[in-house]
Amino acid sequence: MSRQSGNKIRSKGTEKSSREAAAAKRNRGLSRLQKKDFIFLGILALVAIAFLLWFLLGYRKSGNRVEITVDDEFYGTYDLNEEQEIPIEIGGTVTNILLIRDGEADMTEADCPDQICVRHVSISHVGENIVCLPNRVVVSVTGEEEPQLDSVAQ
Amino acid sequence: MAKNNRKQKSISKTCAQLGMLLALALLCSYIESLIPFNFGVPGIKLGLTNIVVLLTMYLMGLKEAFLVSIARIILAGLLFGNMFAIVYSLAGGILSFLVMAFLKNVMKLNILSVSGAGGVFHNLGQLMVAALVIENMNLLYYMSVLFFAGLVTGLLIGLVSREIVARLKEF
Repeated sequence: MSRQSGNKIRSKGTEKSSREAAAAKRNRGLSRLQKKDFIFLGILALVAIAFLLWFLLGYRKSGNRVEITVDDEFYGTYDLNEEQEIPIEIGGTVTNILLIRDGEADMTEADCPDQICVRHVSISHVGENIVCLPNRVVVSVTGEEEPQLDSVAQ
Repeated sequence: MAKNNRKQKSISKTCAQLGMLLALALLCSYIESLIPFNFGVPGIKLGLTNIVVLLTMYLMGLKEAFLVSIARIILAGLLFGNMFAIVYSLAGGILSFLVMAFLKNVMKLNILSVSGAGGVFHNLGQLMVAALVIENMNLLYYMSVLFFAGLVTGLLIGLVSREIVARLKEF
């Protein structure tokens, strides 16, 4: 009797371990991080940090002009050091309003549904931009000193 | 006959499960649209729905996960967003799905890596389409921030998904 139950326990034990092995096989990719995971995540993290450094150190230069394009076409450039409010008109109606104050440009109003450009932080560094995708308006900061002669000559 | 029957049963079971997962994904989209997640840079979000996509991927399979992902994007776009939202989400969704499928099935990486890469490539896909539409390569300026954000949120989502998948595997 006792031997029988002992057998039973033993068989249960092996059954359990085989089930565990099967579960472990099924769970591959779930529980433990393998070496290749660490390598992969390490590479991703390195790229992310490199991007961030590039963004924080190399790329942040204060600009002094903003350039607005609408539908890939030049709309105008404005001085960042001059406090002004720029209504952006498309086809006769004002779709966006850009406010320049304290050397920063900020989209204060837009007639689009998502309002992503309005929520966007103010921009002041070269290369930064505010994009209103529904209206295809791009506002970007540039660093050039001289105003664009071509647009004046037109 | 019996075999046929069983096959039918499994198809209806799959249908029901897919429907449930799609509903769950839509719910996640809705919850996410309620969270005011604003860092001043567009595109940073938690990616809750990726939990459901990962769940489908690990519990059912790649085809099913792709279906849920695409259907979710189109429906959520129609319900809570607009045409723009659909196009950008599709670009991000498809790219991140392909990357995740590759990492899971070919590279056999951990769900954490799969999810982290999924977050990164979702952002990259969206950004690439935005850059194409606007024809302004300056947009790539966002890439630095979005890459990092995608990795962080992707890893978080991966942690949550790992726990959920491990528990649901029993069923």
